[in-house]
Amino acid sequence: MATAAHLLPPEEASANPPPEAVVVRFAGDSGDGMQLTGGQFTLSTALAGNDLATFPDFPAEIRAPQGTLFGVSAFQINFGSSQIETAGDAPDVLIAMNPAALKTNVEALKTGGLIIADEGEFTARNLDKAKYAANPLDDDSLAKWKLLRLNISQLTLDAVKPFGLGNKEALRCKNMWTLGLALWMFDRDRAPIVKWLNAKFAKAPVLAEANIAALNAGHAYGETAELGGQVGRLHLPAAPAEPGLYRTVTGAESISLGLVAGTQLAGLRMFFGGYPITPASAILHHLSGLKEYGVTTFQAEDEIAAIASAIGASYAGSLGVTSSSGPGIALKTEAIGLAIMTELPLVIVNSQRGGPSTGLPTKTEQSDLYQAVYGRNGDAPMPVIAARSPADAFDCAIEAVRIATQYMTPVMLLTDGYIANAAEPWKVPDMSTRVPFTVKFHSEPPAEGEKFMPYARDEKLARPWVKPGTPGLLHRIGGIEKATGSGNIDYSPANHQRMTDIRRDKVLGIDVPDQAVELGAAGGKLVVVGWGSTYGPIHQAVRRARARGVDVSHVHLRHIWPMPKNLGTLLKSYDAILVPEMNTGQLKTVLRDQYLVDAVPLNKVSGQPFRIAEIEAAIAKFFDGIAGNEGGELPADAKQLPSTQAVNP
Amino acid sequence: MNDMTTIRKSTPKDWESDQEVRWCPGCGDYAVLKAVQRTMPEIGATPENTVFVSGIGCSSRFPYYMETYGFHTIHGRAPAVATGVKLANPELDVWIITGDGDALSIGGNHTMHLLRRNLNCQFLLFNNEIYGLTKGQYSPTSREGTRSPSTPFGSVDHPAKPCAFALGSGARFVARGIDVHKNLPNVLKAAHAHQGAAFVEIFQNCIVYNDEVFESFTAKVNAPIRQLWVEHDKPMLFDNGTKGLALDVRSLSLKVVDVEGGDWASAGVLVHDQTNRTIAHLLVEMPFGAFPMALGVLYDDPAPTFESAVVAQNNKVSEGKVADLQKLVAKGQTWMVEKQPHAI
Repeated sequence: MATAAHLLPPEEASANPPPEAVVVRFAGDSGDGMQLTGGQFTLSTALAGNDLATFPDFPAEIRAPQGTLFGVSAFQINFGSSQIETAGDAPDVLIAMNPAALKTNVEALKTGGLIIADEGEFTARNLDKAKYAANPLDDDSLAKWKLLRLNISQLTLDAVKPFGLGNKEALRCKNMWTLGLALWMFDRDRAPIVKWLNAKFAKAPVLAEANIAALNAGHAYGETAELGGQVGRLHLPAAPAEPGLYRTVTGAESISLGLVAGTQLAGLRMFFGGYPITPASAILHHLSGLKEYGVTTFQAEDEIAAIASAIGASYAGSLGVTSSSGPGIALKTEAIGLAIMTELPLVIVNSQRGGPSTGLPTKTEQSDLYQAVYGRNGDAPMPVIAARSPADAFDCAIEAVRIATQYMTPVMLLTDGYIANAAEPWKVPDMSTRVPFTVKFHSEPPAEGEKFMPYARDEKLARPWVKPGTPGLLHRIGGIEKATGSGNIDYSPANHQRMTDIRRDKVLGIDVPDQAVELGAAGGKLVVVGWGSTYGPIHQAVRRARARGVDVSHVHLRHIWPMPKNLGTLLKSYDAILVPEMNTGQLKTVLRDQYLVDAVPLNKVSGQPFRIAEIEAAIAKFFDGIAGNEGGELPADAKQLPSTQAVNP
Repeated sequence: MNDMTTIRKSTPKDWESDQEVRWCPGCGDYAVLKAVQRTMPEIGATPENTVFVSGIGCSSRFPYYMETYGFHTIHGRAPAVATGVKLANPELDVWIITGDGDALSIGGNHTMHLLRRNLNCQFLLFNNEIYGLTKGQYSPTSREGTRSPSTPFGSVDHPAKPCAFALGSGARFVARGIDVHKNLPNVLKAAHAHQGAAFVEIFQNCIVYNDEVFESFTAKVNAPIRQLWVEHDKPMLFDNGTKGLALDVRSLSLKVVDVEGGDWASAGVLVHDQTNRTIAHLLVEMPFGAFPMALGVLYDDPAPTFESAVVAQNNKVSEGKVADLQKLVAKGQTWMVEKQPHAI
């Protein structure tokens, strides 16, 4: 567990081992460049060989009024020398660029943690905007934390003075000064940032120089004795990782790369129809720069046109892909039904966000599982895959393309705002080892006197894919129920029954890999079942509980629909099932329905990811009834399980 | 394919699918279907390179009856599906079949954007001023006062003008035809010859729910006096050459003038210029009644097409770049982890 050991005086610190991980949160005005600072710190951290996870948390407003509470933008990074799977629970260090940033973030800080505040911004006006009656830097309201007050604004102005910038422009370098200080604190290399600044400001070298000067000044400030004993340097050794080439990747990037890789493995061109929506737009942005990979991107007039054009492209022989977030997926729903009915391949990426309706556009949630699995008119089965992390999203995207093209079906790939925006180190995959699943278009005209059957089936129940332009295979498809085989309009009762059964059986027959146990073993007292971005906190919570001897395992689903064939047996091999979700219990419902198991929900819909401690506490409650185990410190030989209903009081 | 079939010019029969046509007896759609099937051989189309895309409504059953590739999509979305088809394979000859409700109500947004982007396709809007398939509700082109199951006391909203909507959306080809009129194949040929989105409004009679709604200019007695078939470079005359359209300079609008003894020039009758956008605007805004119904190619002034611009840009930015997947996944700042660390 991360500790604040680096904040202790040297003699105490030496008595403690260095922390495994440190959590730093940068918070400031949305115009202060916090996401940029955080992003660069992430990069330098990854380059230092630390494992890391990040959590950007920014307001929905593009430029909220300066200094206000709702305009605060924050970026949290958890990095360290052990495996990191979450952005961390409570920060060890909070860098607050103004009173509003302090107010909205300080309560999350660990007791004894360090606050670095830019006192230059703690003016009467800004204090008023943040609704502080008195300056918190001056009273004892921050007593339970260590406080380092620096006039970052003035120090930055001094540092960039030689470059003759205006006051406003000069103050924009504040974030680089802060970054410089943070780099010093955690013994990070400045060189990659300098390189990045030079590239970013190639057309305005004076801005590059000013920003570099601010960065160096922040770093130098740390190095000089001016900080006193409050802040020491901390070097976290590199995290263990498999040997190989690494890079950082966000979910939006890895999904884009996975889609490109998938279409290449399928031997297809990709057509991406999208419409701007937070937090899904990043995929459209990313793919629009990859045209040399046979990618055509189309910013449509609305969500419906985005998917409809993708369906048209699939009909014409490309792989149609569309992407959106909950409200946009709702608009696409009728067209998803068309893709199911016409049995065309299509990948739909849903970057989930807080709902319903517009909901919380920039906050994360995983509440679109019902929408993905059930949310259509008619019996409309569709495969659903969920990515657990930015790196995992790459393989999920390839898997979505494989299923879509091999089974002639739309596939929904679920991700969320957290995965889309968060960065993590990623071992660069060796593409030469990936097995192609090349699509074979049907091009053989029928024998003399026979008719082409567009709804004939192969052994997987998939129908043939024919590119318009192919002689001898003219045919018509559409959303109206069609006759098995010929595809002609057919409303007859027996035919509809048969076609409905085929559509269901085709999806249920998809070859989904057997469900593995992430941590622990098949069979036991408790299994924690998750899906999507709750992977990190669940994994860590289970790991910690197991380290104390608790009989708990972690199972994490990638295939939400159809579910792995062994899942029912696996779940029934445990005495109890806990399902943490960032919704009100959607996977829980599906598990109960499919397997008649007593899946117990643990739910959080605050727009923030689970904290490890929350899941640990829920695990502990399963063992509460056992004497001497009030704290959840279950002896390994505990025999009985208490009521499972106690978890969600 | 043997040599004989490649040389032989297709006949209208070759364009008929084996599907039984299911429109009401006497529906104007039959006439449009025949006109299209007659047009296809004349424009040198090949069935396998032709795709008919439709939305929902009576007219949208059209693709099933054409021996081509066809996609009967969902209500209002044919333009969007067609855009994907054309962008994925610009070689395909794409025809969109739609109606007044499909194209101007539920799909109005897609119609607008297809036209402004100028996707190279033919857009045939069957306008019967009624919702036929849902049993007779008034449509966005129904005239004020239309009595229908949903407007038993008469509709009160102002109708949309399809050709004015098309021009306003940036269409570079706007034409009108009539389901049973012999000129329809000529209009379709001109639409096909146009490179870009070719918008054709076809007045189509719904024999069940809106019969004879266009009688004021299609009835035998009215046709010669109320129809003005415009032709490029020809004076805009109607009523057997006794009347014409001239410019009222004071109000900057059109006026009907009498033509004596065929001397249209001295009557000030305008010569139609199909590349003149201003004339096109005046023609589509002409109120029927005081004016005749302008038919034929009202506007035809090609501009670069959407799909050609997309392809050109795709090619340009890909030039000299190699699609190396391994390089792509390793892009950005990377670092090497050398040795196997201790397990945790």
